[in-house]
Amino acid sequence: MAEQSRSPENPTRRRFLGYLIAAPTLAVGVTWAAGGLGEDAAEAAIPSPPQPEDLFDLGDLQNLAALPTSGLIAVQVNEDGTASFALHRCEVGQGITTTVAMLIAEELDLPVEKINVTLSDARPELLMNQLTGGSNSVRSIYTPVRTASAIARQQLVRTAAARWGVPENEVATRDGVLSHKSGRTATYGSLATAAASDRTIQVTVDLKAAADFRVLGKPHNRIDARDIVTGRKQFGMDLRVPDAKPCMVRRPPTINGTVRTVHNMAEVKAMPGITDVAVVTYGVAVRGETFGQCIDALRALEVDWRPGTVAGESDATVLAKLKKAQLPMAVPPLGSISVDAEFTFAFASNAPLEPDNAIADVRSDRAEIWSTLKVPIDAQQDIARQLGLPQDKVVVHVVPGGGSFGRHLFHDVAAEAAEISQKMGKPVKLSWSRTDDFRQGRTHPMSVSKVRATYLLGNVLTYEQRHASTETDFSHGLGEMITSTAAELPIAGNYSFAQTVFLLSQSVPYNFGVVTQLLNEIPLKFNTGSMRNIYSPNVVTAMELVVDRLAAKMRKDPVAFRREFLKDKRLRAVLDKAVEVGQWGRTMPKGTAQGIALHAEYRGAVAMLLEIDCRPEIVNRPIEHGVTGPRVTKATIVVDAGLPLNPRGLEAQMIGCLNDGIALALTSSLHIKDGIPLEGSWDDYFYTRQWNTPPEVEVVVLPPTSDTPSGAGELGVAPAFAATACAYARATGTMPTSFPINHGTLGFEPFPLQPSTPQSPTDGLDHTF
Amino acid sequence: MPQHTFTLNGTQVTVEVADDVRLLWVLRDILGVMGPKYGCGLNVCKSCTSHINGKAFNPCAVPVSQIKESDEITTIEGLPATVGRELHPMQEAWLEEDVSQCGYCQPGQIMAAVALVRKVREEGRAITDDDLDGLRNICRCGTYQRIRTAIKKGESRM
Repeated sequence: MAEQSRSPENPTRRRFLGYLIAAPTLAVGVTWAAGGLGEDAAEAAIPSPPQPEDLFDLGDLQNLAALPTSGLIAVQVNEDGTASFALHRCEVGQGITTTVAMLIAEELDLPVEKINVTLSDARPELLMNQLTGGSNSVRSIYTPVRTASAIARQQLVRTAAARWGVPENEVATRDGVLSHKSGRTATYGSLATAAASDRTIQVTVDLKAAADFRVLGKPHNRIDARDIVTGRKQFGMDLRVPDAKPCMVRRPPTINGTVRTVHNMAEVKAMPGITDVAVVTYGVAVRGETFGQCIDALRALEVDWRPGTVAGESDATVLAKLKKAQLPMAVPPLGSISVDAEFTFAFASNAPLEPDNAIADVRSDRAEIWSTLKVPIDAQQDIARQLGLPQDKVVVHVVPGGGSFGRHLFHDVAAEAAEISQKMGKPVKLSWSRTDDFRQGRTHPMSVSKVRATYLLGNVLTYEQRHASTETDFSHGLGEMITSTAAELPIAGNYSFAQTVFLLSQSVPYNFGVVTQLLNEIPLKFNTGSMRNIYSPNVVTAMELVVDRLAAKMRKDPVAFRREFLKDKRLRAVLDKAVEVGQWGRTMPKGTAQGIALHAEYRGAVAMLLEIDCRPEIVNRPIEHGVTGPRVTKATIVVDAGLPLNPRGLEAQMIGCLNDGIALALTSSLHIKDGIPLEGSWDDYFYTRQWNTPPEVEVVVLPPTSDTPSGAGELGVAPAFAATACAYARATGTMPTSFPINHGTLGFEPFPLQPSTPQSPTDGLDHTF
Repeated sequence: MPQHTFTLNGTQVTVEVADDVRLLWVLRDILGVMGPKYGCGLNVCKSCTSHINGKAFNPCAVPVSQIKESDEITTIEGLPATVGRELHPMQEAWLEEDVSQCGYCQPGQIMAAVALVRKVREEGRAITDDDLDGLRNICRCGTYQRIRTAIKKGESRM
């Protein structure tokens, strides 16, 4: 391939703005204003009558909120020929560090392997732009990071041209080397100091056209893969901070219960390996030499508890409140020309595999925190306030996480670690136990979705959906961002924040006449939060099941019906491809069936065509300490991600979303009883396991359909859930109305509520293989 | 305080700790070997999967006093040395298939996969879909499909 030689002064191209920053080696900064608001901007022409999500989705809102920020993000070129970038986002498995390295590599003409992406500490000057969520990272970073990288390359070219006395447009770059046809060459490293600026100045640059990409758009493996497979990747509890000893908490038997009395503090403090015991907001903390000894100590504590915030609530009481809170439909029931359905979605856990953890070292005049935080500025503000310290005296380090799924939007564990460290006067390495994570951690709240659709003479006249949910806590600061910009939006007006998120993320992709989708929330004080894809999995599943029902009533094939009523050509394209690759309509045995579902969000579109086996020999296959039930045996996923930057990472996200959706449809939920979930481990909370995952999965990534990337990390959860539900309905002949379908049967013996963390077994050597 | 001696990743180690502390915490909190992860401490999630004398086991469920002086414990850190290479073929397969997402479960997944290949070899057969279905290691990112492909690839090179 030809070496890159770009004119810096091409007048026909859109130019982007950045800054050469005064620094010892070449450093380039950009503000979000350089490109935060992309081509799918708010002022684009809008077909009428759109729903709010069509008009302006959550990611656009995040982009817009990013505009006024003045904080710079900077790409630095080092003397060893590498480039560094401190990413103001959190890596939790979604692959954002890999994508960012690819963006830099593309514009800087440096191999991906030479780019070092770290996670930035909390930077309050970035305001709310340091938030990882809403599948917005790539969408908001795409232009700014490329701009900074292109300016760095341009500055290296200018430096080499000046040194060699040749025109800039005769200097080419490739793989970290500058060259001139005269035979002169120089590495980036050798010019890193010479190219540095002694003052901060504004510069402009052209970006590569997508057609010229050499790195972006081609599959790339994760940049942290080798560290992962060798065990070297460091998660929170793998960090070594001087004197930060293991710490755990004995917790109450109801959510958010508090300590009334501890009877044996001194006795427990004298246990082997234990150094400290302290009463904290939601329990009693113990610190010791090993986590094992902390478990022994917390179990030995004798504690009387005050009831928590939802002590009287169980699944049935919450469900009754939700049904009562359902907003009315506009259209009355019309019997034979309407479809009426009501769906219940149980509480679900967003707990990752890595239990919540944080290291805190709190001194009288300062504090230092290490944790996986998707909104670190919010954590910094809250923890500073809690500790009585100025915000700039609290250093917050962001640590890569072992999953998130929404959990790390909140900093509960970091705040608790800070509280404990302050009370004990010592650094602590706090880990929640697995059981803490399920029973006291954030949950995706229970909801009820009611749908009424009417049809006549081959047309769907109305589609109404009323979604009632237990309150979802958005207090992590995204709210601040939205309320600060809401007044400028054409549609948000005075909607509550949750309603704003709901309206910006939900839409019906079909021409169904008069369409309304409304949210109502009941203010129960569960510990809730967003879970991957927020409202969409439940809302879309209800909708797609009703779509199949409408098709049946109107005597149409589910695919033919969708084709006829779809508004959006991108959805039509992914549908057609899925039908072709997944062989829609092939003959299948009784008790098995295909199901199809579609979803558009984050400016992307997905179709999933799944096959399910509901025959008794599959449903009842025995697995020790595990649930089986129906099995999704095959999945075809077709994704249009606008401009796919790393197809391999995109495919990985689709596979993850698939397994999440299957779990939500078939097996995974929390059972709330008397103010606390009964689930305490992974053999209780049945996330998809090897025996339930489809052995056959194909992901098709469509060629680019846009010049900007869509969000991808959450895009596939809703259609996977919906397609599983639709397949199940077709295989069994019964439309499921309560999810997951096995929620009615408690498939495990719950761990006791007290002590709050079960003891580890001792028979591990009886189970070797 | 009782002393416990065993071989860890090819080197003899001696630790001073109470008998009933589970080996996972001896590895992580005392010896600083961080490859085996804590995901449940209940022998359920399997993210701490390591090898004892070549067989898969979960150190979260074994008190250190049950480990004998002659026992050889291998964690992900010591896996490549068991084949005298920089990376074990199973780790290479994991890289080629780009299996990992967050990566938290993957050391345990790889250790379980290697043990599974050895087990079916001893039984004189190759890995089947049923064998893969029987793996209990949880991946909350849902990388199961790539795990299955990588195990078969790793098996062919072991």
